[in-house]
Amino acid sequence: MTKDKPFNRPDMSLQPRALTPEYRSSRLRSPMRKLLSFTPSQGELLGPNFGHDVINLNDNDLIINYAAPGKAAIGEQIMVHGYMLDENARPVSNSLLEFWQANSGGRYRHKRDGYLAPLDPNFGGCGRTITDGDGYYSLRTIRPGPYPWPNGGNDWRPAHIHFSCFGLGWAQRLITQMYFEGDPHIPLCPIVQSIANGKAVDCLTARLDMEHTVPMGFRAFRFDIILRGQGSTLFENKLEGN
Amino acid sequence: MIRSQSASQTAGPYVHIGCTPSFAGLKNMYGGHDLGAEMFSSDTSGLLITIKGRIFDGAGMPVTDAMLEFWQADSTGQYASQGGSQGWARRAVDAELAGYSLQTILPAAIGEDAPHIKVWVVARGINLGLHTRIYFDGQANANDPVLTSINDPVRKSTLIAIRDGESYNFDIHLQGENETVFLNV
Repeated sequence: MTKDKPFNRPDMSLQPRALTPEYRSSRLRSPMRKLLSFTPSQGELLGPNFGHDVINLNDNDLIINYAAPGKAAIGEQIMVHGYMLDENARPVSNSLLEFWQANSGGRYRHKRDGYLAPLDPNFGGCGRTITDGDGYYSLRTIRPGPYPWPNGGNDWRPAHIHFSCFGLGWAQRLITQMYFEGDPHIPLCPIVQSIANGKAVDCLTARLDMEHTVPMGFRAFRFDIILRGQGSTLFENKLEGN
Repeated sequence: MIRSQSASQTAGPYVHIGCTPSFAGLKNMYGGHDLGAEMFSSDTSGLLITIKGRIFDGAGMPVTDAMLEFWQADSTGQYASQGGSQGWARRAVDAELAGYSLQTILPAAIGEDAPHIKVWVVARGINLGLHTRIYFDGQANANDPVLTSINDPVRKSTLIAIRDGESYNFDIHLQGENETVFLNV
């Protein structure tokens, strides 16, 4: 990346609005005033750099990283992998990714989650990794279950994995969620539908990847993450409608 | 643009599992050490300060599942660009009062930018993470480009941490009369 060019702003034709009343929690947690625009300073272009030494072996293997020795999490074993790139298709390399998710029954290991599905003693639901020089990452996990949540009476979250992405500059910081191709809850979920743009929802939906699916082993899913890029001029902005 | 930027989704109420697993009670995850527990190593030079505050929603209720991240320059005006997490910290607010406490050093001014700490706020109900800044009462804030662009003194005051005994206080209001100024970063 270049150190002197500001990152492109959030593209509000792709990003969710702050207030999306169907997602009830957004009603009192959405600022009503316009975000203040300003000229970014150096601190927005730089960001924390964690280095590969913060990562331990198996941090990105949720099947075993919380399990007792010789044990494994219960559920359908999968690999999720892909590239973290910017809008210019440049790799976002050596950058921290954190993941969290419910277990195969749709239950989180969290004191506030009282869903009836049992906890799995061998599943924490937490992982992390650092992208390589090409922006590539991978994790092994079990496919999370869908679960009901208190919103509109009978709302269910589609199966999903939360992704926390640092990028290379503070302005790129992103938390998002990955969904699974074909999940019938995707069009029904008020959190997913906080994104008005169907193509943007599609980009959060991982695809079954038979090429990397291991015969008699586990299925692979492909999920790319695209962070904001640098150096789009005002003119380009207009062309692209952002 | 060749690729479209990924859309944000809420961090949800269980963000702690992924970002502060020890706080969430995941025993010995990552060696029992949550990333970002310390802003700087203890031998970093500068004026030690403590910032405390709470985060509220539009009804004045504490946002007890929020996570805050902080990013700042050191006392010489440098951002850590390599090695470790210096100048970056994160806090899960407490589950009762939605309070946080951050020990750090006062960042230096850089050019016209007054000393400040960048803050990123996520929680259930926040679809796109919110950026703001903590400035400090009593510092040379007069020419800061962000502060001078805000005409309303009440709005401006939402970005300035106030001395409260030995520490600074900085509350965040997501919505309402005292709504914090959030930045288009």
